[in-house]
Amino acid sequence: MNVLLDNLSLYGDGLLGTIELTVFASLLALVLGFVMAAFRVAPVGSLRAVGTVWVTVLRNTPLTLLFFAVVLGLPRFGLVLPFKLFAILALGCYTSAFICEAVRSGINTVPVGQGEAARSLGMTFPQTLGDIVLPQAFRSVIPPIGSTLIALAKNSAIAGAFSVTELLGVYKPLNELGYSIIWTFVWIAVGYLIVTLSISAIFNLLEKHLGVAR
Amino acid sequence: MTTTTALYDIPGPRTRQRHRLYGMASILVIVALIAWIVYLLFSTGQFTAAKWTPFTYKGIQELLLTGLGNTLRAFGFAAVFSLAFGAVLATGRLSAHRLIRWVSTLVVEFFRAMPVLVMIFFIYVALKAEPLTALVAGLTLYNGSVLAEVFRSGVKSVESGQGEAAYALGMRKTQVMMHVLVPQAVRAMLPAIISQLVVALKDTSLGYLITYEEFLHAGKLIASNLDYGLPFIPVVMIISPIYIGMCMLLSWLANWVARRQRRNPKVETAEVAPPEPGTLLTGAHRPPPT
Repeated sequence: MNVLLDNLSLYGDGLLGTIELTVFASLLALVLGFVMAAFRVAPVGSLRAVGTVWVTVLRNTPLTLLFFAVVLGLPRFGLVLPFKLFAILALGCYTSAFICEAVRSGINTVPVGQGEAARSLGMTFPQTLGDIVLPQAFRSVIPPIGSTLIALAKNSAIAGAFSVTELLGVYKPLNELGYSIIWTFVWIAVGYLIVTLSISAIFNLLEKHLGVAR
Repeated sequence: MTTTTALYDIPGPRTRQRHRLYGMASILVIVALIAWIVYLLFSTGQFTAAKWTPFTYKGIQELLLTGLGNTLRAFGFAAVFSLAFGAVLATGRLSAHRLIRWVSTLVVEFFRAMPVLVMIFFIYVALKAEPLTALVAGLTLYNGSVLAEVFRSGVKSVESGQGEAAYALGMRKTQVMMHVLVPQAVRAMLPAIISQLVVALKDTSLGYLITYEEFLHAGKLIASNLDYGLPFIPVVMIISPIYIGMCMLLSWLANWVARRQRRNPKVETAEVAPPEPGTLLTGAHRPPPT
C-alpha cells in the first residue's frame, strides 16, 4: 500500500499518460479506420486497393516493429516530433486497421435492402454510405470497436519502453528507489484495469443506448 | 461481396469515366507520395554504399539469422505452451465442478485484461527470469487465456444434438468430449487458433524491450553502429518485409484453412468466431455471422 501512497503523483502521471495516449490514438484510429473502411467498399478500384494494402500490412506488422520504425526512423528524415506524438501516430495507425475490419464487417450486417432502397431513391455512393449504411453499421460495430480500443489501451504499454510517460514505465523509478517490486506491479495492474474497465463501461453504455436490439 | 455492390449501382459509361478519373487522381496522389518518400530517402543519403555494404558481411548476416532463429524459437515455445495452457484452462472452464470453473474463469479474465507487456516485465523484473523465459511465459499466459476462450466457444458451438446423442448412447462426459465434441470443434476452431498464433508471433517482438536477442534486437545492434553510418533505415527496410511476410504467411494459412473448412461438410455442426482481444464487454454480443 505504501508504494501507492508514497508515489501518488508518479502513478497519477503514469495513469494520465496512458489515458492521454489511449484517447488521442483512439480518435486517430477511429477516423483512419472509418476512412479506410469507406475506401474498401468504394466503387473506385485504386481506393479499394489502398484500403486493402493498408489493412493487410498493418494487421501483420508487430507493433514493436512499428514503434521502432516510427520513433527511431522518422527522425532520420528530419521529422522530429515529441515521442508522445510518435507513439500516438504508431498506435493510431496500427489500431485503425482493426477498426477498419470491424466497420467493414458491420457494413456487411446492414440488410441489402437498405442500400438498394437508397440507390433507388437516386442517392450517390457517398450519400448511401454516409447517410444510410454507416449510421446503421455503427450501431452493430459498437462491441467490436470497444474491444479493439481496449486492446489499444493495453498496447499503449509499449510506448513506455520508448520513453513516453505512461503507466508501465512507473516501475523503473520505483525499482531504483527500492520499493517492493511485486506491489509496484500490483498497482500498475490496477491502473490498467481501471482504464480497460472504464472503456468497457463506456461501450456497454453506448451499446445499451444505441445498439441494435436483437 | 453481394452486399457491398448494393452500395452503388452498376456504373454506366459516364460514371465509369468519372470513376476512372477518380482512380487516376488517387493513383497520382499515391505515386506522388511514394516519389516524395523515395526523394527523402535519397536526399538523406539512405542509399549510400556505406549503409548497405554491411549486409554483405558474413558476420552481419549471421547476426540477423541468429536473431530470426531466436524469434522463431520464442514463437515455437510460446505456441506450444499456450496451446497446452489454453487446453487446460478450457477444460477447467467446462468442468462440472463449480470451484474449478470459477478459478479458471478468474484466471482467463485476468490475463486477458492485462497488457502482455506488463506480464512480461513482471516476470522479467520481479521474478528475475531470463529474457526468453519471461517472454515465453508472458506470451503463454496471455495467448493461453485467449485460446481457452476459443476452445470453449468451439466446444460450445457444436450442435447440442451431438452431445445429447452421445450421452444417450451411455458415454461418460470424458468420452463425449474426447470422441464427439472436441474432434468436431477442433476442425471448426482451426482458423481461429491460427489467427491467435499470428498474434503470438507478432508479440515475440516484445522480447526486444527486455533485451531478448531476437530479430529486432539484432537489427538495432546493426543500426546503432557508427562504422556503418548508422544504417537505421536500411535495417528497417530489410527487417520489416521479413517480419510482415512471416505474419502474412501465417494469416494466409488461417484464411486458407477457413476457406477449405467452409466447403467441408464435416464442420457444418460448429461455427467459431475469430478470437477477440480481451473482451470485457459482458453484455455485448457479436453480430451474427452473415
